[in-house]
Amino acid sequence: MALPSRVSPGAAALAVSFRRRTLADREDWLARLMLAPALLYVAALVGVPFVLALALAFSGARAGSLDFAWVGWHNFLTIIPDPQFQRAVWNTLRFTLVSQVLVIVLAVSAAYVLSAAFAGRRIVRFLLLLPWAAPVALAAIAWTWIFDSTFSVINWTFLVMGVTRRWLYWFGDPALATIAIITVHVWRMFPFATVITLAGMSSIPQEINEAAVVDGAGFWRRLFQVNLPLLLPIITVAVLFGVVFTSTDLSVVYLLTRGGPYNSTHVLASLAFQRGIFGGDLGQGAAVALFLLPVLVVVAVLMLRTARRAEVGT
Amino acid sequence: MTPRARRRLVRVVKRIALYAAALAFTLFAVFPFYWMFLTAFKQNRDLYVGGTVLSHIPWIFNAPPTMEHVELLFRQTLYLVWVKNTVLIGAAVVVITLLLAVPAGYALARLAGRWGERLGIGVFLTYLVPPTLLFIPFSRVITWLGLQNSQWALIVVYPTFTVPFCTWLMMGFFRSIPRDIEEQAMIDGYSRAAVVRKIVLPLGISGILTATIFAFTLVLQDFVYALTFISAVPKMTVSLGIPVALVRGDVFYWGSLMAACLITSIPIAVVYNLFIDRFIQGLTAGAVKG
Amino acid sequence: MMEPAGFVEIRNLHRHFGDVRAVDGVELSIKEGELLVLLGPSGCGKTTLMRMIAGLETPTSGQIFIGGEEIDADVPPRARGIAMVFQSYALYPHKTAFENIAFPLEAMRMAALAVRGRVQGAAKRFGIGHLLGRRPRQLSGGERQRVALSRAVVRDPKVFLFDEPLSNLDAQLRAIARYELKELQRELGTTTIYVTHDQVEAMGLGDRIAVMNKGRVQQVGTPQAVYDYPANTFVATFLGSPPMNLLKQDGDVILGFRPENFFPHEVVRPGDDVATFRLRVRQIEYLGATRLIYGVPEGAHDDVTLIADLSSQITTPIAEGETHLFAVPRQALRRFDPTAGTALSDGAA
Repeated sequence: MALPSRVSPGAAALAVSFRRRTLADREDWLARLMLAPALLYVAALVGVPFVLALALAFSGARAGSLDFAWVGWHNFLTIIPDPQFQRAVWNTLRFTLVSQVLVIVLAVSAAYVLSAAFAGRRIVRFLLLLPWAAPVALAAIAWTWIFDSTFSVINWTFLVMGVTRRWLYWFGDPALATIAIITVHVWRMFPFATVITLAGMSSIPQEINEAAVVDGAGFWRRLFQVNLPLLLPIITVAVLFGVVFTSTDLSVVYLLTRGGPYNSTHVLASLAFQRGIFGGDLGQGAAVALFLLPVLVVVAVLMLRTARRAEVGT
Repeated sequence: MTPRARRRLVRVVKRIALYAAALAFTLFAVFPFYWMFLTAFKQNRDLYVGGTVLSHIPWIFNAPPTMEHVELLFRQTLYLVWVKNTVLIGAAVVVITLLLAVPAGYALARLAGRWGERLGIGVFLTYLVPPTLLFIPFSRVITWLGLQNSQWALIVVYPTFTVPFCTWLMMGFFRSIPRDIEEQAMIDGYSRAAVVRKIVLPLGISGILTATIFAFTLVLQDFVYALTFISAVPKMTVSLGIPVALVRGDVFYWGSLMAACLITSIPIAVVYNLFIDRFIQGLTAGAVKG
Repeated sequence: MMEPAGFVEIRNLHRHFGDVRAVDGVELSIKEGELLVLLGPSGCGKTTLMRMIAGLETPTSGQIFIGGEEIDADVPPRARGIAMVFQSYALYPHKTAFENIAFPLEAMRMAALAVRGRVQGAAKRFGIGHLLGRRPRQLSGGERQRVALSRAVVRDPKVFLFDEPLSNLDAQLRAIARYELKELQRELGTTTIYVTHDQVEAMGLGDRIAVMNKGRVQQVGTPQAVYDYPANTFVATFLGSPPMNLLKQDGDVILGFRPENFFPHEVVRPGDDVATFRLRVRQIEYLGATRLIYGVPEGAHDDVTLIADLSSQITTPIAEGETHLFAVPRQALRRFDPTAGTALSDGAA
């Protein structure tokens, strides 16, 4: 039945030469080989410093020397009654929560606007993304100039429009400084949340909304009973990212107010930097920074939950 | 009014509201960049007019634009040195990141099976560990290594966030390559390793390009580590040098400062925008099970 | 160890995913040059079985032989001497049709000149010689399928594996492609395993058919034998459209007969040995060449609907709602065990 020319001599010889499997075929070993460099790097340079962060918090280590004196709970006992520290904890929570609520509202609205077809949609999207793409330190310095104590363009506009009569010293007043910091965080994070929400929106099948229209649901009912529940997982992801980026950010507070006025706007990150690097008290700085950990653990747990729920959904 | 005319009116109003909303969002997003632009090209006598002078409109050029701030930036500051530093550090970090993240991303996407998924999530979670938690221990590690005030400190540290991030991104891209194609190549006479070289890498090139861009922008975004490790002005990156070293006491440098912000931000933003769709696609492809 | 009889021999093959037994003890022997179709509903294990033969999946236990040699986990897919055509065709999107077809030859480190000759020969056979410079996305579905076939034949494999290669073609193209595929296989004489869930394809293509369900081979035989003498009630109802009528009788037996063997009593010649049923006619469908009569037998134990598939030559007037006498020639009757579902021997199979 078989034609005589079926197996060419060359092919037959070759079939023998690479018959058995080699390392290049062994998927288990390839997996280890390909994963090892990345995992080792991350373990060495994230894992080790992470453990070191814990250890330093219990030490009297100072910048510039390599001493490592165990001081037990001393650093924590020093900072917990410290009003500046308490203020920093409160500020971190406040800035994060307020800015993220505003980010959600803005991002969902902006995503709705962008999902409608109109001329110039692409250019609007491009411009909306600018705040997120620009390096955060440069954006922060630009905002410092916008809120300048003598030349603030916002003040000029407010005075002309009659919003306010007195001159606003943005960084001289704790309440105004808070508004300024939150404004910058919102400005920076909402484009990112918009893009993610938009991606989520485009994954909602058009038929679901059409079916809801046929069933007589109006815009608000569709928004709250159809679209928002479907968008919830992806909005959660956007918010969780936002929480991480905002609560751990150093550059905005550092460049806008340096924690001022009268140390009223310090967040954990900036306080840790001031105590640990400027003040040279690495131990105390590490102890302050460690209080970010609960936030991160909560975020990580929520993130995993959302991922699992999304997995069940698909 | 006839019902038809009313419906038309409603439609027009909706349209106007849509454009108004789009305009409002855009203005909010763009206004600081517009302000950078104005500041960078305004003459000093136009720029430094107190905000209480209501007759002087700060939103426009009241005097002809000038290049003097830009010239000052390029001629008399270390801006170009910082750009060069950033590019060199960025290039080194990108190379390290790709060498580590591309194989790891593929292994997690295809080879590691069930525990690969968990490991992938673990890698992603390390990306959430922020610089502000690690900069203090790192300052000690850097002292141990004797790398204080050296750009090598940044080259060693930056991959701690670019590698987890890009691994996750690459995992998403590799998952979007149909399994069939790889299996076909294995049947066609190639080992798994050869399949990666001949099929997966050429097909993943857009993902690799995206990872490159994002690794580079992450480097550019960093402020904390640069601030912690680098204090010598000629060794700074743009993200550190511009806000920290361009301000000199009470001398008004705002023109040059804003010129630097603008010139640095805009190219990054443009490139970023080109890749954002691929980026979201990669992230979500990683999130949805392949 | 017993010398394997078939060219491809599968012995007690298992593949379990946790508690799920995707392939649950398959025994199969495929003769050299034969085209064997693995037929079954989705999830029956046919694709897993094929993937184990290809080496893309590792068996939990059991043995596979190709050409008398045992092919275990140590023999990677590349060294098994097989060619496979996937349902998706799995063309390399970044390579031209030429490069796609040449790819397996390059793996053998064949000289460029010889590669060129082979590729052009294969392409000519499938009438795609003029398309060799194009990339997959510039090709139509039918053209892609031909590129995939060219790539499969170009290196003279010992075995072809086809995983539903026609299901992405539209109905008209599919019939032509089926004909061409069978002709190709006969001409090359290469042992072929063909997976499908489409019984028409299976009947039309296969030298033999292996019907699978729940990870096991239910029956192996020529299309004719499997159709006429189903080994159990699963095969009886899976093959044939409409499926075989099954009717539970007193005395612990299930009677089975094909709808096309079920006639109105009027057309039975006197003296023919038939079994008769009174049928309350529920519905009639006119399908052009045939007419389907749905009815419920009088005095049946459970709610069972019988179907008669009458060719247009039978013009007996039958109306919905009436009760009509139907008959089956006794030699067309099959009997099954009501608990196991297996065929009871009438000496026929």
